[in-house]
Amino acid sequence: MHSKAPWGLKIAAGLGLAFLHLPILLIFVYAFTTEEKSYQWPPPGFTLKWFGVAWERSDVWEALALSLKVASISTLIALVLGTLCAAAVSRTRFFGRETISLLVILPIALPGIITGIALRSAFNLADIPFSFWTIVLGHATFCIVVVYNNAVARFRRLSGSLIEASMDLGANSFQTFRYVILPNIATALLAGGMLAFALSFDEVIVTTFTAGQQSTLPIWMLEELVRPRQRPVTNVVAVLVVLMTVLPIIAAYYLTRDGEHSAGQGK
Amino acid sequence: MNSVVASTSPSRLARLSDYAWRHPKQVLLVMLILPVLWLGVVYLGSLATLLIQSFFSIDEFSGLIKHEWTLKTYQELFVPANLDIILRTLAMAALVTMASAILAFPIAYYAARYAKGVWKALFYIGIMLPLWSSYLVKIYAWKLILAREGILNWLFTSLHLDGLLNVYLALPVVGGSSLSVSYTGTFLVFVYVWLPFMILPLQAALERVPSSLLEASADLGASAWQTLRYVLLPLALPGLIAGSIFTFSLTLGDYIIPQIIGSSRLFIGQAVYMQQGTAGNIPLAAAFSVVPIVIMGIYLWLAKRAGAFNAL
Amino acid sequence: MPMSTAVLFKQVSRYFDQVKAVDKVNLAIQEGEFFAMLGPSGSGKTTCLRLIAGFEQPSTGQIEIFGEAVAGVPPYRRQVNTVFQDYALFPHLNILDNVAYGLMIRGIDKKTRYQAAEEALNLVQLSGFSARKPAQLSGGQRQRVALARALVNKPKVLLLDEPLGALDLKLREQMQEELKALQKQLGITFVFVTHDQGEALSMADRIAVFNQGKIIQVDTPQALYRRPNSPFVANFVGSSNVLPPEFVKRLGLPAQWASLRPEDIQLVHSAGYSATLLSHSYMGSANRLQLVLNDQVLHALVPHHLALPPDNSQVQITWQPSDLHLMESA
Repeated sequence: MHSKAPWGLKIAAGLGLAFLHLPILLIFVYAFTTEEKSYQWPPPGFTLKWFGVAWERSDVWEALALSLKVASISTLIALVLGTLCAAAVSRTRFFGRETISLLVILPIALPGIITGIALRSAFNLADIPFSFWTIVLGHATFCIVVVYNNAVARFRRLSGSLIEASMDLGANSFQTFRYVILPNIATALLAGGMLAFALSFDEVIVTTFTAGQQSTLPIWMLEELVRPRQRPVTNVVAVLVVLMTVLPIIAAYYLTRDGEHSAGQGK
Repeated sequence: MNSVVASTSPSRLARLSDYAWRHPKQVLLVMLILPVLWLGVVYLGSLATLLIQSFFSIDEFSGLIKHEWTLKTYQELFVPANLDIILRTLAMAALVTMASAILAFPIAYYAARYAKGVWKALFYIGIMLPLWSSYLVKIYAWKLILAREGILNWLFTSLHLDGLLNVYLALPVVGGSSLSVSYTGTFLVFVYVWLPFMILPLQAALERVPSSLLEASADLGASAWQTLRYVLLPLALPGLIAGSIFTFSLTLGDYIIPQIIGSSRLFIGQAVYMQQGTAGNIPLAAAFSVVPIVIMGIYLWLAKRAGAFNAL
Repeated sequence: MPMSTAVLFKQVSRYFDQVKAVDKVNLAIQEGEFFAMLGPSGSGKTTCLRLIAGFEQPSTGQIEIFGEAVAGVPPYRRQVNTVFQDYALFPHLNILDNVAYGLMIRGIDKKTRYQAAEEALNLVQLSGFSARKPAQLSGGQRQRVALARALVNKPKVLLLDEPLGALDLKLREQMQEELKALQKQLGITFVFVTHDQGEALSMADRIAVFNQGKIIQVDTPQALYRRPNSPFVANFVGSSNVLPPEFVKRLGLPAQWASLRPEDIQLVHSAGYSATLLSHSYMGSANRLQLVLNDQVLHALVPHHLALPPDNSQVQITWQPSDLHLMESA
């Protein structure tokens, strides 16, 4: 009975997947439309010219550069902090490890707006001016959990006796880390890092509260969504954003696929 | 080599390793100090300063924050207009959660039980991509779809069903002048954006149900529906609850979706945004943000009792 | 070569919170010995092994390895190697690199260490597997790799933690013989943890029987089987009729606990003790009888070709006086 799926289930699952994917594909069509004042369907004609227009736009480039910079540095911080937490939690039993897990998950368990406002009011209170670093601070906070989840899952798979075996064979703690732990968690860290990057690159809610005058790419898009001014350029940017997040996600999947489906469960 | 204890003049690193090995507690401290400082001090500290402000109030004349302990701001939450916002958000979160669960189940079940090999990978990526792809782009896509000149209206007109759509839009509450400014539009986008968060934990839970249980149920004479009702659903419940934590919490706190697609009536997230921004009433914004925290606290507590965390 | 003490436990205890995993253990393992630590799970035998390896530290007491106190010496400084219960092969390294790992850490050049690793693989009859990953090997093959990986470092003491536990019966018996031969060939002290009394009896020179964190008896397999010092050992090592003091007293012996092995009970026609045969079961090479003598249930193993009277009839049984072993403790 478990080799053939009932037709009803097949259709329902197929429709569900279509519901998830068709809207995004629609944007790809709109990126080529000749209509620039409305969202007219079907598009009256197709053109490549908006890609050229978007290419010339310095505000798009600046927003993209800022987003890339923020995402890279937040990912780096999240990698360090998330791995440390995961190692501590999975290697040792200590009082309060439940608390640590909770603490790590809290920034994404709570609605983003709360994290955003809390950070904003703390910055105000401490007289910290908004800057590149205030954005990074916010992003790293919620990126930790993504790295943490990936690393914890891998540490769990990494049997404790492997580390003992390494020490038993003469390797000290650093050698054990270098020759046994790191090679075994590297792909999980890479996957976690890519997902953290995608998460940061896309984040808008917390960023609106911590960004001040600068705009990341999502902030730029949000402004376009609230007050559409250049629809064709927005279409092109949307396509770009989709492509930029798709690649790390697929890469992360291939890095963690053997028997482990933990990659996205932390978001 | 006579000694069984190797002591070939250890390097500095090796001596540090010896020290670390003899003092595991200190190693733990060193590992945790940065994360705990970051999350425990910076993040929790920020949350605390926000929450503390909810116990202050705003001076009605000067518009300045009065730094005196009071519950006055919380009382303001129960003003009919604000209570409306809270109840509207709760109702939306509940509906979105239910719809996501219904839509997610067949996908998750198919992926967990029937998809094999390449199809399994495709299903997985097919769920992960929408999960991780840009939140704003997803909303933007629906703006395109729901626009008056957009694809959905075109579809209804082409099928000569535009009359039906107009009848639907004329309905109270769910209707509106067009789909993109109706609760229906908001609801659709919420479901669309959060659906993958329901599928993943549900799939994880379903994958843990051994197929022998379903065979046993069929063997004992249960129909497919009875097996679904009495075996599959109870065992998938922790996954459903885990998924609902996401869909519920994310809907409670979102302020961008209803702002872009929906009627002008506020949701909690928008109220928080407005109070802290244009209205400049930080205490009320803080009090508003306590609402989803409290609701999610209760929800998580209930979920934990139902054992949902094993499916996360 | 003069015999010296390889591993010495002096009043060693290890507590986990309130639980005494190892309780004031004294033990001396001789150089070149094949030593087994036998006991039920949770009896402290594995903790003792981990204390020797250095993964655990004694809460009180002292451990010496070849006369040197090893308190505070991390595992990577001890010339002791371990074969882990789950083998703990590094999944990211191939077999050759797994075996050469210890030599690589010691900074031995590639050519020399690969040569030594190949030789070690030869020793465990696994040449030709060098390039494979651990996941591509069967359980028995992984077990051999784990053995080679430990032996290539020429340890002073080799620790084996239930190394045959995960293998099926046939393979286990084969590995028992190979391990024993290997130990004789190399002359390295083997310390072997097992819960399988048959395994301990067939392989070890001496056995320490553990229960609840304490060593109950240390002896050669023969002595352990013939002269258990307590009902626990009598029951745990082989099966036995453990006879209470009152019963023993009625036989005209001192009122002490005693052990009588089932195979030592014989059926005779006359001049024995008169017992009731309750039931019998066919075991292949023997019949197992359930008897009652003086209200005490006894089990006996008799050769399968012996004709048996019907159940619930009276039979005469006897045994050699020397087979009834009086035990010191309860």
